[in-house]
Amino acid sequence: MNNTVTDTDQIASINIDQDKPHEQTVEEIVASLGDTVGETRVDNPKMSCTGVDVFYADKQAIFGVDLDIGENEVISMIGPSGCGKSTLLRCLNRMNDTIPICKVTGKLTLDGDDIYDKKTDPVLLRARVGMVFQKPNPFPKSIYENVAYGPRLHGLSRNKADLDDIVVTSLKKASIFDEVKDRLDQPGTGLSGGQQQRLCIARTIACSPEVILMDEPCSALDPIATAKIEELIDELRENYSIAIVTHSMQQAARVSQRTAYFHLGKLVEVGKTDDIFTNPRHELTENYITGRFG
Amino acid sequence: MSTEERTITQVVEASIKRRYAREKRFRLYGLIAILASLSFLAMLITTITYRGLPAFTQTFIKLDVTLDQQTLGVNDQPDIAELRKANYSGTIKNSLLTLFPDVKKRNDKKALYKLVSKGGQYELQRLVIEDPELVGDTISVWLPVGDDVNSYLKGSIDASLPEKKRRFKDNQIEWLKTLESNDQIAQRFNKTFFERGDSREPEMAGIKGALFGSVLTLMVTLILSFPIAVAAAVYLEEFAPKNRWTDLIEVNINNLAAVPSIVFGLLGLAVFINFFHLPRSAPVVGGLVLSLMTLPTIIISSRAALKSVPPSIRDAALGLGASRLQVVFHHVLPLAMPGILTGTIIGMAQALGETAPLLMIGMVAFIVDVPTAVTDPATVLPVQIFQWADLPEKGFVEKTSAAIMVLLGFLVMMNALAVYLRKKFERKW
Repeated sequence: MNNTVTDTDQIASINIDQDKPHEQTVEEIVASLGDTVGETRVDNPKMSCTGVDVFYADKQAIFGVDLDIGENEVISMIGPSGCGKSTLLRCLNRMNDTIPICKVTGKLTLDGDDIYDKKTDPVLLRARVGMVFQKPNPFPKSIYENVAYGPRLHGLSRNKADLDDIVVTSLKKASIFDEVKDRLDQPGTGLSGGQQQRLCIARTIACSPEVILMDEPCSALDPIATAKIEELIDELRENYSIAIVTHSMQQAARVSQRTAYFHLGKLVEVGKTDDIFTNPRHELTENYITGRFG
Repeated sequence: MSTEERTITQVVEASIKRRYAREKRFRLYGLIAILASLSFLAMLITTITYRGLPAFTQTFIKLDVTLDQQTLGVNDQPDIAELRKANYSGTIKNSLLTLFPDVKKRNDKKALYKLVSKGGQYELQRLVIEDPELVGDTISVWLPVGDDVNSYLKGSIDASLPEKKRRFKDNQIEWLKTLESNDQIAQRFNKTFFERGDSREPEMAGIKGALFGSVLTLMVTLILSFPIAVAAAVYLEEFAPKNRWTDLIEVNINNLAAVPSIVFGLLGLAVFINFFHLPRSAPVVGGLVLSLMTLPTIIISSRAALKSVPPSIRDAALGLGASRLQVVFHHVLPLAMPGILTGTIIGMAQALGETAPLLMIGMVAFIVDVPTAVTDPATVLPVQIFQWADLPEKGFVEKTSAAIMVLLGFLVMMNALAVYLRKKFERKW
């Protein structure tokens, strides 16, 4: 964390304030970034963040983010390491609840309901907002059990045939069924990295979520596996809203309709992916996507 | 530039020899350490086996015993109570006197009777109570010999010493030779050792009482400490907020693991026996005391096992909408189970070998009966070893080593079980 701050301190000093290179605090830099550029709102929001601040103990990680995630849309979140994009993603299904020092303020809604409301059950929320992690993390159980776990938890199936059906459909949707149909009873951990990640996606789909959050889902995969996952994301868009954090700008350009650029916990620019990559409006966005830093 | 590079290479070359030598030396030290510990272990096992093996055999003497009513002191239709009290030693003495009719003097007779163990009469008693029809008959039975005969035959009494200096006298040696030439002496496997409780006679003393005492005590310990320790570890690791109180608890658990075991014994005496009035010398109290001792060990190792479960598994389950309890019971606990079991077995092995706290709660009493319930008076293997090691009879020296062998065997079995369970529950990820 500290490293990142010093990195970006230097960057900021070059770009924004040449005179006082070592005295700026994160708060000052964030303040100097100004308001978010671009359209933070969409016509049909599935989830929406308003003035979201996130603190880890005394340290602020996210500064007043306003952002909508639309229905049947893939939104990608990009930015240098430590810019808070994963933190924001984890706020969207309250995975940050497990970190005791983490405090979230502001308003986050799913279909208009406040997800940090006392009446909202985080367990139910996570069933509606699924998550795929950076490192493929199948349970050390059989492929079948991996996918069947979610539906079983939530009682989505009435009987064994029902459950079988959900498992097969989910595996098919995650386009991994053909590769594993003969070995559903084999351990999920025995699959290759790319297969494991698709299994994790199948596992998430099996709970029939409304939103899928993906935290750098391809960072541990080779280009072929990555291509398969990206294809999959594109297909999944028909039924789900997807938020994806990625370090690969090509990936963001390929899979998403909208792109949000974060810097030091501040949402700097958001807009249609094509616009962001061809015609960035903020100087930092331009520097980042042209590879000048990041 | 090139000259400088060469000097760097030379410097590295000069040091590399030293580095390799250091590595070689280190490996040698390691090898020596392992060899030393192996040889100590071999020494320990050989001495114990060498000393203990004789205890597994027992010499028997074949006698024709006439169970006449007169000597037994029973009437025509004796009931069980009468048969219990009958004078079996008298019949054995008679049978010995018939074999050696020349023995007349009082002292010689006494010496002759010593050839057969006092346990012989119990053997006869058992036979007659099983089949009361035997009264009046003459039966041929194999009876255990006395401790001195055993010692002499096993070579622990030196016959070349002057008669006054040894326990086994010349006339006894003569009788024994006669019996041997008549094929009336035989060495057999010592079943008594595994079938009886403690006794004052070494040839009648068995390990069964202590073994059952140990099993019962460990059962109580396991039933109490395993669930409590695992629950405590899960709570502290997965649910408890990290604050000053949990820090304090953690420090105290670590301290408890280092408390001398005798302190737990004193606590057991004060709380369980004097305050709660639980029975003395009972496995239930022993188990309670040993649970206190084992708890920190299991808690610490369980926490380590829980910590080593990758957080990604927790994230995965939470992300699918599992509650924290479900995450723990469906995923974390099964993955931590091998580590928890290993810690438990280590704790149990410690408890099995523990003597000091049990002395405080009275498990050091001389108990002949084999315990059948956790409230029966009992002793345990290490305490039994401690007691036997204190006794002067030659027969108890070998019994002590034999009991150590049984204790070690028990330990090896427990460890084998631990390895088996580990393999069974182990999953890769």
